Amino acid sequence: MSVQPMVKAEAVHKSFGAAHILKGVDLEVAPREVFCLIGPSGSGKSTFLRCINHLEQINAGRLSVDGHLVGYREHDGKLYELKDREVAAKRRDIGMVFQRFNLFPHMTALENVMEGPVQVKREAKAVARERAKALLDRVGLADKAGNYPTQLSGGQQQRVAIARALAMEPKLMLFDEPTSALDPELVGDVLDVMRGLAEDGMTMIVVTHEMGFAREVGDALVFMDDGVVVESGHPRDVLSRPQHERTKSFLSKVL
Amino acid sequence: MTEVTDTFDKGPAVAGSPYEPIRAIPVRHYGRWISAVVVVALLAWLVYAFSQGNILWGTVWDKLFDRTVLQGLWRTVLISVCAMAVGLVLGLLFAVMRLSKNPVTGAVAWLYIWFFRGTPVYVQLLMWFNLALIFPVINLMPLYKNDTVAVMTPFVAALLGLGLNEGAYMAEIVRAGIQSVDEGQTEAAHALGMTGTRTMRRIVLPQAMRVIIPPTGNEFINMLKTSSLVSAVQYTELLRSTSNIGSDSTAIMELYFVACFWYLVLTSVFSVGQFYVERRYARGSLRTLPLTPWQKVRANLTTLRRPKVA
Ligand SMILES: Nc1ncnc2c1ncn2[C@@H]1O[C@H](COP(=O)(O)OP(=O)(O)OP(=O)(O)O)[C@@H](O)[C@H]1O
Ligand SMILES: [Mg+2]
Repeated sequence: MSVQPMVKAEAVHKSFGAAHILKGVDLEVAPREVFCLIGPSGSGKSTFLRCINHLEQINAGRLSVDGHLVGYREHDGKLYELKDREVAAKRRDIGMVFQRFNLFPHMTALENVMEGPVQVKREAKAVARERAKALLDRVGLADKAGNYPTQLSGGQQQRVAIARALAMEPKLMLFDEPTSALDPELVGDVLDVMRGLAEDGMTMIVVTHEMGFAREVGDALVFMDDGVVVESGHPRDVLSRPQHERTKSFLSKVL
Repeated sequence: MTEVTDTFDKGPAVAGSPYEPIRAIPVRHYGRWISAVVVVALLAWLVYAFSQGNILWGTVWDKLFDRTVLQGLWRTVLISVCAMAVGLVLGLLFAVMRLSKNPVTGAVAWLYIWFFRGTPVYVQLLMWFNLALIFPVINLMPLYKNDTVAVMTPFVAALLGLGLNEGAYMAEIVRAGIQSVDEGQTEAAHALGMTGTRTMRRIVLPQAMRVIIPPTGNEFINMLKTSSLVSAVQYTELLRSTSNIGSDSTAIMELYFVACFWYLVLTSVFSVGQFYVERRYARGSLRTLPLTPWQKVRANLTTLRRPKVA
């Protein structure tokens, strides 16, 4: 018996009104894998990522995380929509890091990291504070715990955002272009943190334009275009010897 | 990991070359002088007019702390605060209803705002007060039953009239505040596993407060003044109690002065409070909070005592 995939997508479709964005995405992400997702702008990478934690609802196909359907319960061959509360409960196990950080501006870095454990997991404040401090230390920001997000650089904000997601002890982390809003000299710090996570065996899906990171850290890579998976394989193979014309032309533009 | 080190204060010191300060003849702002003189003259004329007017300043002073006046003052504060509280709760409720995905609650909220914002508060007050004309008995079947006249005391009529009217305005203010919060905030909260209500309470509303509070302060100042209308439903607040004394003692204008004095005290005291509340909710949106007046004084004192050495 093979291991259960962390994420499994079968013919996933998603439309916004008349706009058909995902047109049958098939892919599998194994546990402990760093799974990179690349593709041109508008190809549906963010949309797919958001479907995984049910920020968007899929229209057709099957999408499951750790063996459980996203957003539905299956019983006697019928699908039942999950209640808000149940959807929220499932999201606890999936961390998400956004392109524009989305830290809570009215809370300090420490409070941002504590918010999930205290409010969602009902962890005691003292415990959550100690863990939050340790997490901030892990992302290299122990001395910025008391700063509000506006008092942090972009790179520091993104590292706090990663710590905030990790505080929920997720089994899967989603990164949506975590470094593309950053000044070039700040990208390295964030990628270092992500590399550390990968070494610790976190399952990660990373939408990125950082081909260097994908090549070095990635275990699998998928090239998506126009709502479908065009090509997939080991990052080194896909990046060095792309098979499809669309992959070739995309890579020639970004490399 | 490298932190951004500040290189600013390590820059090369400017060589202390002796320089010649510019000596120029400043522009003369004749216009400013003339307008200042005109304004001061008008002001002086106004003061003179009042000093010569037929005003018993002694009466103003005597009645300022009259027991009846102070009682009226207290009741003005009471009805304003209570009506504002009703308005806040209703405003929050109807704002959330208007933004909800449920079309029925949305429509109900719209209808409420349409009616209570679209008719004069004075008319609404009178209608509450006279409710007994159409519903002689209030009958909440299993729970409560009483004559409307007994329930609809001046205070209740005033509270309902002012509170429901305020709720309609507050609903729009709260809605604007909620909508001002970036959608990314809701998504980040959902991604952490927060439910919709918790997201609203912990993430969206605290940020919306920054937008909600300044107009709410204005609403409250308006409320302090609009509460003078409730004398129409026999609630004896500041204006009613002063004008009662005024007409009894034939010092009508004098007691309006007394009323103005207390209204100004109320609105001024409240404005100070508003400053501190706004400052509290500016946390995180400004890199440095504005100084409180007290901090400003202290800062000035310290710089006076210890002048900066160049
Ligand atoms: N909520 C929405 N409503 C309507 N259209 C949407 C919505 N979200 C995304 N889209 C559309 O879906 C398409 C794919 O968007 P998506 O954000 O997934 O692309 P992407 O691959 O992440 O691109 P980028 O690299 O620019 O982030 C775009 O054309 C976008 O306009
Ligand atoms: Mg995107």
